[in-house]
Amino acid sequence: MITDSVAVPTTVRPGRATRAERLASLSQRHGALTMLALALIAASVTFESFATAENLAGIAIQSSFVAVIALGMTFVIIGGGIDLSVGAVFALAGVLAAFGSRWGPVTALLLPLGAGALIGLVQGVLIARTGMAPFIVTLAGLLAARGLMLALTTEGAETPLVPRGSGFLGLGRGVFLGLGVPVWIAIVLCGLGAVLLRRTRYGQFLFAVGGNEDAAGLMGVPVTRVKVVTYALSGLLAALAGMLNAARLGSGVTILGVGMELDVIAAVVIGGTLLVGGAGAVGGTVCGVLILGVIQNVVNQIGTLTSSVQSVVSGAFLVVAVVAQTYLSRAGRAR
Amino acid sequence: MTTDTAPALGGRRAALPRLVSDYGVYAAVLVLLAYNAVFTPYFLDAGNLRTQLVQAAPIVIVALGMALVIGSEGIDLSVGSVMALAAAVIPLYLGFGMWPAVLMALLAGIAAGLFNGTLVAVVGLQPIVATLALLVAGRGLALVFAGGQLKQLHNPELLALGDGELAGVPVIVLAAAGLTLATAILVGRTTYGRQLVAVGGNRPAAVLAGLPVRRILITAYVLCGLFAAVAGVFATARLTASDPSAIGNLAELSAITAVVVGGTPLTGGRVRVLGTVAGAMLMQLVRATLIKHDLPDSAAQMAQAAIILVAVYVARERRTR
Repeated sequence: MITDSVAVPTTVRPGRATRAERLASLSQRHGALTMLALALIAASVTFESFATAENLAGIAIQSSFVAVIALGMTFVIIGGGIDLSVGAVFALAGVLAAFGSRWGPVTALLLPLGAGALIGLVQGVLIARTGMAPFIVTLAGLLAARGLMLALTTEGAETPLVPRGSGFLGLGRGVFLGLGVPVWIAIVLCGLGAVLLRRTRYGQFLFAVGGNEDAAGLMGVPVTRVKVVTYALSGLLAALAGMLNAARLGSGVTILGVGMELDVIAAVVIGGTLLVGGAGAVGGTVCGVLILGVIQNVVNQIGTLTSSVQSVVSGAFLVVAVVAQTYLSRAGRAR
Repeated sequence: MTTDTAPALGGRRAALPRLVSDYGVYAAVLVLLAYNAVFTPYFLDAGNLRTQLVQAAPIVIVALGMALVIGSEGIDLSVGSVMALAAAVIPLYLGFGMWPAVLMALLAGIAAGLFNGTLVAVVGLQPIVATLALLVAGRGLALVFAGGQLKQLHNPELLALGDGELAGVPVIVLAAAGLTLATAILVGRTTYGRQLVAVGGNRPAAVLAGLPVRRILITAYVLCGLFAAVAGVFATARLTASDPSAIGNLAELSAITAVVVGGTPLTGGRVRVLGTVAGAMLMQLVRATLIKHDLPDSAAQMAQAAIILVAVYVARERRTR
């Protein structure tokens, strides 16, 4: 990471903690969940139309794409990095999926996923091998992916369509047990992600790399490989989200994904993952994504408000969340 | 006048890469200029050169502020939104005349900088997160101020900022040049400049040395916000309309690119003012060259990506985390 101010806590997983430390770490870990619960309660009390199955399913599907990307971003940030390219990869994958769908659903799946994983892989190699700042490498990745997408669509003037009746559309539009297929995919992936992070060797390595890269390297953690895998995973997940979105819309929309990386990072940070690396959880990220989803939905419900109010509220939320986090983690460290 | 106060960079670095990383950006600008002079028709036309300068000027102004913040080992993602905020404030006060309106726009930039600086220096947030919040909220706020609409501006004094000239040079170019000079003096010739670089180089050491670290950091963010607001005012005047949804879009990326390509390391402790200006000019020239040779915008973006990577690869220090 580039920004590394004075002594910031690198880990919030207490070994043997005092009560104050436990309390701080508890509220830090479940702060996002609490905020989500409060937001849900406030919204359902204020708006009759909020707590309907239809509306909640709408929030779920809107959030599912962001959640899939945020999952990858959580991994990257825990590893002490950042991935600014996800919004551009999301858009590129949507275009590639729609493009590939003319040759059948298989190409529609493989083309974007392959491209996303490849972009992530290249970024990961550049970051891990040359020691360039992740911020810069993925900024270049953002520009490259968006340029590639524009080149494919004659400067964004073309919108590739998924052929009518293609089986690929079911991936985005299908409904299973009342929830859209993308929602189920997001749920399964986040479950798998949590297991990967908490229960596997790779997950432990990732925490070690994010906590202290040098120490991890000295302990024998394959730092380079862990980083490369993490960025490849982030690219793959961003591409998957873009592909699902294309399946839902039935086309590869070129104007999507601008600034999306920032929404995703905001969701991850609100979810309690520290940007300095070495701490974080998938559950928190999901809560963070849902909080932003609820805010968006509420602003839409009010109707007279524009989407600009939504970004003001989201930004304010972000400040409150990180300031609270900072003080909590300081309290946790205090003794 | 490149103000170098490099922290101990490790003597192992060979002379050649060092030379390339310090002067590469000027060489690249010269090469591009030479190429265009030979191969691009009408490139040396006064009108064209003038257009290039006018187009690069807002990014130069934003990048100068960004260079200060990056020199303090920070980053400011909110500059684009601050530009939009300044643009949105102008029509609200234009009824009182041009100067009150511009003053209020600049105050909005200062307020944004104060907000960022406080979050970074006092609360202790990471600069990326602190300024990300204002990136998200700032443009929203600007759109709320503007009622979500583009407003045409007709105040002749304000519009003169956009297309006026002084002694044949566009006002906006003069402003960019003036601010460059001011920043260079600030960084190279004042106590504050030394202190800023010291804080960016090693913050704990600066604290121990008794420097007023908080005040120094807050000032850096305030200056960055102010510069962004200045750029926002000029961009508005040039557009002859206040359009908060378009002004300053992705300016943070252009500005960071200019600073980084100009040789200021993201790890702080060094501010290269002229390099930053050259970085902004380089990106402008690349874009212009590609456009004049009928290469599409997508190619320009990919070229920009490659240039960023090459610049940072050349300039990278032994230990970047």
